[in-house]
This record gives sequence, structure tokens and C-alpha cells, in this order.
Amino acid sequence: MLRLVSSASKPTSVGILTKVVAPSCSSLAGRRSFASTSARQADITLTVDGKEVTVPQGSALIQACEAAGATIPRFCYHDRLAIAGNCRMCLVEVERSPKPVASCAMPAMPGAKVFTNTPLVHEAREGVMEFLLANHPLDCPICDQGGECDLQDQSMRYGADRTRFHEITGKRAVENKDLGPLVKTSMNRCIQCTRCVRFANEVAGVEELGTTGRGNDMQIGMYVEKTMDSELSGNVVDLCPVGALTSKPYAFHARPWELKHTDSIDVMDAVGSNIRVDSRGVQVMRIQPRPNDDVNEEWISDKTRYAHDGLRFQRLTNPLIKQGDRFVAASWEDALSAIASGLAKSGAQGDEIQAVAGHLADTEAMVALKDMINRLGSDNLTLDSVGGHAAPVHAVDVRSNYLFNSTIPGVEQADAILLVGSNPRHEAAVLNSRIRKSWLHTSLEVGLIGERVDTAYGYDYLGADAKAVADFVAGKGPFAEKFKAAKKPLIIIGSALAEHPDGAAVYNALAKFVEKNKSTLLTPEWNGFSVLQRATYEVGFVSSRKASSVKPKFIYLLNADEVDPKSIPRDAFVVYQGHHGDLGAQLADVCLPASAYTEKSTTWVNTEGRSQLGRAAVPPPGASREDWKIIRALSEVVNTPLPYDDVLSLRDRMWEISPTLVRYDTVESTSVEVALAGLKTLAAATASAKVSGTPFVKPINNFYQTDPISRASVTMAQCTRAFVKGENYGFSELSSASEAAYA
Amino acid sequence: MFRPPSSSRIARPFRAKLRRSFATVQDPPVRRYGGLKDQDRIFTNAYCRHDHGIKGAQTRGDWHRTKDIILKGDSWIIQTIKDSGLRGRGGAGFPSGLKWSFMNKPGWEKDPRPRYLVVNADEGEPGTCKDREILRGDPHKLIEGCLVAGRAMNATAAYIYIRGEFYQEASHVQQAINEAYTAGFLGKNACGSGYAFDIYLHRGAGAYICGEETALIESLEGKQGKPRLKPPFPADVGLFGCPTTVANVETVAVAPTICRRGSAWFAGFGRERNQGTKLFCISGHVNNPCVVEEEMSIPLKELIEKHCGGVRGGWDNLLGIIPGGSSVPVLPIKKCEEVLMDYDSLKDAQSGLGTGAVIVMDKSTDIVKAIARFAHFYKHESCGQCTPCREGTTWMMNMMDRFVEGRGHQREIDMLLELTKQVEGRTICALGDAAAWPIQGLMRHFRPEVEKRIAAFREENGPVLFGGRLKSQTDPTLAIPDNMGANLPEVGAPGN
Repeated sequence: MLRLVSSASKPTSVGILTKVVAPSCSSLAGRRSFASTSARQADITLTVDGKEVTVPQGSALIQACEAAGATIPRFCYHDRLAIAGNCRMCLVEVERSPKPVASCAMPAMPGAKVFTNTPLVHEAREGVMEFLLANHPLDCPICDQGGECDLQDQSMRYGADRTRFHEITGKRAVENKDLGPLVKTSMNRCIQCTRCVRFANEVAGVEELGTTGRGNDMQIGMYVEKTMDSELSGNVVDLCPVGALTSKPYAFHARPWELKHTDSIDVMDAVGSNIRVDSRGVQVMRIQPRPNDDVNEEWISDKTRYAHDGLRFQRLTNPLIKQGDRFVAASWEDALSAIASGLAKSGAQGDEIQAVAGHLADTEAMVALKDMINRLGSDNLTLDSVGGHAAPVHAVDVRSNYLFNSTIPGVEQADAILLVGSNPRHEAAVLNSRIRKSWLHTSLEVGLIGERVDTAYGYDYLGADAKAVADFVAGKGPFAEKFKAAKKPLIIIGSALAEHPDGAAVYNALAKFVEKNKSTLLTPEWNGFSVLQRATYEVGFVSSRKASSVKPKFIYLLNADEVDPKSIPRDAFVVYQGHHGDLGAQLADVCLPASAYTEKSTTWVNTEGRSQLGRAAVPPPGASREDWKIIRALSEVVNTPLPYDDVLSLRDRMWEISPTLVRYDTVESTSVEVALAGLKTLAAATASAKVSGTPFVKPINNFYQTDPISRASVTMAQCTRAFVKGENYGFSELSSASEAAYA
Repeated sequence: MFRPPSSSRIARPFRAKLRRSFATVQDPPVRRYGGLKDQDRIFTNAYCRHDHGIKGAQTRGDWHRTKDIILKGDSWIIQTIKDSGLRGRGGAGFPSGLKWSFMNKPGWEKDPRPRYLVVNADEGEPGTCKDREILRGDPHKLIEGCLVAGRAMNATAAYIYIRGEFYQEASHVQQAINEAYTAGFLGKNACGSGYAFDIYLHRGAGAYICGEETALIESLEGKQGKPRLKPPFPADVGLFGCPTTVANVETVAVAPTICRRGSAWFAGFGRERNQGTKLFCISGHVNNPCVVEEEMSIPLKELIEKHCGGVRGGWDNLLGIIPGGSSVPVLPIKKCEEVLMDYDSLKDAQSGLGTGAVIVMDKSTDIVKAIARFAHFYKHESCGQCTPCREGTTWMMNMMDRFVEGRGHQREIDMLLELTKQVEGRTICALGDAAAWPIQGLMRHFRPEVEKRIAAFREENGPVLFGGRLKSQTDPTLAIPDNMGANLPEVGAPGN
């Protein structure tokens, strides 16, 4: 049979053969695909339902139909995944083609006449829909996907109103898989679109996920039962067009029509992923990605998606004043005056007043705090990281010294990447998927200096310490040669490198290296010196050399929960402002309840220096207030009132500090001259740095618990048990038969 | 009913004479096909009675002046194949010369990628056993054919993807490859022509779908044998991303003989557009099932009478014939009398030549069960990639299973036909079509038989709901939805 109709090429294909640009190879499993020719950027014109439409060459027919305004139903097709063409829902009629054509798999041809609204197309869609529903359980009322289910929606639009499937043999039954604490499976509902398989293989790098069996017995899963260990696994929940993969923490919590959507920005890592916060009443129910090609494409990491349940626990809801060894709830007035008297009693003068800003501090609050501390006569501004009391090695005078200059989408243009002391998979999981994408589809070479990690792509391992950097800079080794030959080389410096004892020396070596190779690394189009930084240096929240050596008497912790308790003098008066009762609050004499990132509309600057505006989705709990307002109120109490009363004038102040802080959604690049000057100062400032030879360590040990929110999150704790510690996390559905019966 | 003029004239040759015509216009002489002479046989060791090794092969004429053929160049070989009218013997019947020429598109020399010929020896079609005989008895014909066809498409290497179950055949082919290398016929300087060519043998793991060309390529690459989307066609992006042509064993194996004996010789057999000789494998209820090389366009009846000793119990005991392997529709006895064994005649009879695997069924056959068995086969072999085939083959199998005992509703026959139409032409590869056609053929020619069974079952067990549940078994206290067909009046079977 197969030989009967499957001739290699039909005569009409002669024309096709010469024109088709090879589509992105669908066979990426486990290894790199063949180098593909770059797509030509010509435009072609075709007719869809009598409407002329022009699309770039190489686009799929389905994109042309979309451009013409014709809606094409689909299940397996997804713009960011390889084309599978297996659901057959997107069939359209093309003139001179005897059979309906799968529009997702067919390249648009110039002059083609496409019909999306003919009896043949309707019949084909109805047929496919009938087949899909034949084995699909009728459990929409108890299915978590209900209300946002592609199958549900499309069967309303394209399906028949009654079933013809009454076989006494019944429907297919498939055992559920255990993918871990995040993804809940109900494999009876699976329609084998393989979106999850393609996502896991292409984007997440979980190559174990695939299909086993064939025909109607085909199953999605891993041949050897195991959990889906990936930082991006939650995205398969979004991708699944039916209810086969749903969110386990969110299971049976809400229906989509009950939720209020708020577009916001994620703060769990420094990528600044665009998110949509879905809330019901005062609770954040779930977090979903929002497409932004410049930042996170359409993916978010599991921490971004699932850590929000930490917002419900361990919250500070009332101002607290320490009396003896316990906190007593107080009113705002009392708390603020307690701080004022604490400041006076501590006798802190000038630089003895210290402010520490943590990872979750927003830009407005940092600006306000800096202004207040400066007005109190202090320059002692500290960041909540190892060695944060000193000015960072790269200084903050020139932006390009500490920013991710290549920009996040720029990573895909690089043809050689050197990772120094970094594990982008944990530091910026979404960014890592871009490197993997590039690694799969192009001849990108990756080198790594630092602790060996599983990055989801192959790399040349160069060494673990500053010596390896020196060797690389000296051009020793095959990778250095490849790097030299690259047209757009990229150096990614991990966020923890500046905190490392050899950080200064490494920065020095790399700055000189970039300067020397500026023909490739530093051109008007390309800046290949990128730091995966996580602090908003833009605000200038750094201390002077003099101030950093002063022993503080009054410490103001703004969201600072990573501080070393030993670094805080016993007799100092400590104020903690933040939203969680984590480490910082324990050290405090007064706690001020502030709002978390879903509860305030503030500016967030990501690792590229891109400022984005988050939006409040829910009100802050209890008596907590927005951060900058707390500081504004406190400034009044300590008799140094800040000159802004509303957020707009505060943003005017931010504009004064740096206009980029309020130029939202754009990245301002640094000119070559300024960047070069910055590197020169950097090299000069670190010229005397000594090399100790301690190996670099990965900056993040437990991806799932990095900040107060994720530490308070039950889901993240389960992830830690399942993925980091490798324990059976004890929430396996398969172990409890009664629960499995419902799914 | 429409009946193609050519076939009717050949079936009843004297009818033309009865027609009035102008004296000046002469009817072309009637030509009868069949009766291939021994000297015209290509596969002279199909039954493996002689030495299959290189010595025996050379006595039968293989590897005779292969160098000269190779030196004539790609365009000469392709033109010869085009002139010979050879069509792909794997089933689709695509003109081979044209297919091979897709590899030599203008500017192909500038493409640095290697180029492959892939020989499809994954013969899995139920009823087909022709390639097996070639692989076992005449492996050198295939190896030489790989070289000639490879030269025609400027391939760097050939992969022979052989069905895993063919153990002896794989041994013979591997032996032939080794012998050819030793003799200098293959390798860096194949046959002394200066052309470098390698042949690799790869054993499959026994999936029918791997006989589909793109699935075969996937399987050869080490992946799951799931058909790829076309375009891009293999001639563009094929094995390991390189230009590839997949050809059937028989197609490749006849190429050297065509080149040696000339295209006119080959084109002299069979009707226009269906030229050549072909291996037919006749199985089922014939007295002497066999694989035989015959001229194309031989009448089906003659093929069976001459080579197989006729149908068991005489021609009138015939129920139906599946003329081209499991994926083509069955033909009833009336059609069997008049069809010719070639692509066009069988297509006109709403069936197909397929692989030339003639499955003969006499009146003792349970035709519904036979087709239900095919449905089982396709359900089992569907790769599960695309929806209509994955779900459709299972559904069709379930319905066919019920029809075997008549457990169904009359209206479900039309529903089943509609399902086959929903599968046919909607899938990535042709397995969906192949699963649909036998059922369509059954309903086209043997619908009364199915209806009879449904009526008989109903007689015995009372009304049957859609899906096969008996009305007597339903709970009368429950509201059965009306679309289950419980209250529909049964349409009486015609003639019952």
C-alpha cells in the first residue's frame, strides 16, 4: 500500500522542490541538526479566500491564512515549536491540489489560491474533530482545562453536535504519568499533538520525553518512568491544547472565567519575564507567561510560574516592634516613631547609617531609600550580596560594564559563547533556552569556565578558576581559537563572579581581552561583553570606599534577606522593610510590612537594563503598603522629608538619575566609544587584582528556592524535594488510587 | 457502467470485427499480452534453484560490461529508463526515469551534500513476496542495479533497507555486496569506471510503516519510523538531510538489464504507459500459488490459469481477487474476468496494481472476515502520528469486527464508508488510504453480504443499537439517547 501512492515526488513537485526552503529540522532529538541555509527574506503574494496577502517567503500556509484574516483551527501547530503536522485540523483547500492540504506543514507558494471556507474544508475539519473526540473522555465538567481548552472551543465551532461513536469496545484508556510536583497528567485526554514532546526536546532539553507505542496505543511519556526535570516544565501546561497536562498546584482551584488578568513583570530572576497575573479577589491564583519576543518569548520558568503560592505564607501584615525577644504588632505611627527614636538613640551619624537593598527591592523604593539615606548624611548604601558593602568591581559609572549588553534576543545571533562562572540554566532559565535553541539550529560553540553544570546543551569545558580565564585570554586551547574565529562572539559573566575573590582579576583579564578583540566583540552592532547581573546599579545604590569601611549603627534592610547576620553589629538598630518574615525580619528591631511584586505598580529593571512596569494585581495584605510610600512616610518622621508625594514625581526623580529607568520596554545600547572607555577604567581599576586560584562555584545551588517568596512556597519546597534532593516528594498521584480514579 | 474501450476490446477481441467501419480505416491489430518467453525473463534465478553467488550471477549475465553502462553517464541511463517506460514497482507506479531525474536538478553539482539511493526492501505488504525472491535468488541483480541507478542519480552510496524478518535474504544480499566489493565492482573505483560507490545493508525491525519512503528514511536515521511531512521531498531533504531517492527492489534490479538489452526491448512488453515485465505473486485459493515474472498487461484470468493452475475448484468457484496486495480494493469475479494486470486497467476497475500481489479468494472465503483482518493489520501498523489514521483505523477495525458477525445496524455501513472517506486523503502518508480502500472495495462489491449478516444477527438477537449494543441488553429504565439508533426502523436488506 505504502508504495501504492507514496511516490517520491509527484510531477507537480518539480516547481516546489526548487523553491522550498528547508523548514526547521524536526529531528533534533539529542543532537544538533544539520546546518540549514538561511531563509531568503523575499516576500510572496498569494490569495486566501479571494483576498490577496503578502507574506515573507518560507512562511507556512497557516501564517498566510492568519495574515489574510482567516482563522485556521489547529492543535499541533505552535509558532515557536517545530512543525509536526499531525493533528490534521488545519486542512485547507489549495487550488490544483486533489487532497486538502495541512496548512501548517505546507510552505506558502507564490500565486497559490487557498480556500479556507469550502465544503471540503468543513467536512475535513469535522472529520478530524470527530476522530479526536472519539477517544476523548467526556469529562469537561471536572477537567481543569475547561474554559480555556482548545479542543472544547474548537469542537464548539467545528465539531458535530452529536457523537457517532458508540462502540461497545469503549474509549481508549491510558495510564497517567508522573511528571513531578508541577505537571499533573490525565493521559486519557491526550490527543497526541506532541506539542509537549517537541517543547521538551527543542526548548527545555528534556530529551527523554517522547512517544512510545504506535497507532492508537501511542503514549506520551518517558520510556523509563521519571519526572520531568526541567526549569521550564510548567510551559507544557500552557502548550497542551487539552486537559492532559494541567497544573498540579493549581488543580481545581479556579476556573479561567473567574480570574482577573493583570499584565505584569516577574522578579524571580533578572530576566524580567513578562507575566500575566491571574487573581481572584485578593489572591493570586496563577501566573502565566505573556509573549514578548525581546525577553521571554512565550516561556517562563517554573519558579516564575509556581512560586506565587509563597505570597500567601509568612507574610508580614502589620508593623512589628521588637520588645524583648518578641515582636509586638503596632500601628504604623508607633512603628515609624519607634524607628525615629531608634535612629536617635543609636547615635548613628553620617555613614553609620546603612541601607541594604535586597533582590526583590523595586526601583522606586531604592531611589526613595537612597535619597532618604543621602539626606541623612550617609553614603553607606549596600547591596544584599556577598561583599555587597563594597563598591562592585566593575563600578557603576559606565552602564555597559555591568549590563547584559548583547541583549537577550541578541544571544541567538552569537556564534560562540563563553560562560564564565555562570549557569544560565539556573540564573536565567528562559535565556538558557535561547542558547539551546541557537545551539541546536546553528553551529554555535559554547565554552564554560566554572563549576561543571548541566546546561541542556553541549559545551567545551575550559576549567574552573581564574587560570582557565587566563589561558583563554592567552588564546590557548581549541575553544579560544574557535572564539577568535567567530564573527559574533559573546562572553557571559555570571552574576556571582563579581562576588568571587578572583572576580576583579577575571574582570580585568576579560576587559583587556574585549578591548584587544574589539573588532569582533565591540562593534556598533554587537557588544559581546555581557554580565548576567541582578542588581539595579542604574540607581547608583553603591557605597563610597570610605563609607563601606564604617561600622554601621543604624541599618535599614529593604527586602534584604540574604544578609549575613554576623555582618550586623550587635548594638545596631535594625529596621526591616519587606513582605516576608524571612531572615531579614528576624534580625530587625522594627519590621515594616511592604507589598510583594504582585501588589505594587513599580519599575523593574532587568539584566539588560530594560525597565519594565509591573502592575498591581491584588491589594497588599493587612496593613502593608507600597514600599516607596513607607519610605516617604518615614522620611517625614525622621525630619528629612522627601520631595515627592506621588509616584509620578518620584519617577521624575528617577528620570533625573537615569532617563533609562523610565523609558519603559526598551534597551538603550551604549556606544562603542563609551563602552571602550568603560572597559579601560575597569581594567585600570582592577589592574592590581591578585589571583587566589579558588575555583568559581555555581551561583545558585537550589534553583527553586532563591528568595523569600520561593522559600515560603509549598510548591517550590516540593520541587526542591523532587528535583534537587531527588526524593519521592510524596504527592504522587499514582500512589493514591482514589485520587487517580477521578483524573 | 463505464468500461474502458481498450480493456473491453482485449477481453473480447472479436467484438471489434462486428462493428461497421470505413474500409479505409483499419483497426489496429489486436495484441494479446502475456506468455513471456524464457529468453525475456529478467529474474532468471527467482526461485533460487541456481547459485545466487557472484559466479552463478555472472553466468546469468549479471555484471556483464557494467563499466560501459556506468561510463555512458547519468543522462544516458535516465533517458534509457525513461524510454523503457519503467514505472515504480513498489506500488505507486511513478515513472522511474522521471523520479531519478529529480536528483539531477540544474546545479546539483554545486551541492556539497552527499546523495543517497535508498532501496526499499522492507517488503511487508500482506500478500507480497516478490522482492524476497529477488533478494534471495538474484541479489547481484539488485547490487548491480544499485550501482546503475546510483550512477544515474549521481549518488554517493546506496542503503538497502531490508525487512528484519528476511534473515536468509539479508545474508544473501550481504554476501553479494561482499563479493561485489572483492571483485572490484563496488568501492572507490566501481567496475574500474572511476566512479566511487558504496552499498550498505540495513536490517529493519519489522514495522510495516517503515516501508513508506519517508518513514524508512527516519528509521534508517535511527528514529521512530514515522512518515515525514512532504514537502520537502526526499530528493531535496532526505536521508540525513541529503538528497535521497527511495526505490523499490524490483525497480532497481531491472535497471541493468534494461540498460543492457535496450529500452525498446523492455518497452515492447505490455500496453502503452504500462510497459515491461513484472513479478507477480499469486497467493490464496489457487492450485499452485507462485511468484512468476510475466509481461505487464497480462489478463488476470490468464495469469491465474496459466501459472497457478487455476482457481481452486474452478474459475466459477472464485469469489473475488485482491489484485495488488492488501491495500487495494477487492474485485468481484465479473471484473476479474476482464481486467488486465497493469496500472491503468486496474485503476479503471477501481482497484490498483499495487505490488502485483494477487490474493485469490474462492467461495469458501468469509470475505467480511478477510477485510476485517486487513483492518486489524492497519490498526496494528498505524504509526499513530496523525489523527485520522490513528483514530480511524481503530474505529474501522472495531466496526469491521462487528460486521463479521453482523452485530451492527444497517445504517452503520454508510457511516463506516463515511469514516473511510474521512481518513482517505487526510493523512500524512498513504497508510490511511490503504486502510480505507479495502473496506470501500468490500462495500462496493459485497455490500449485500454484509447486509445479510446484519439482518441475520438481528433476526436472532433483536434490534442492535449503533455501536453494537443489543437493545435487549439495555436498561429500559434509563433514557437511551435517540442517536443510538434504538428506535430506528431497520432498512430491509435487498433481496432478503
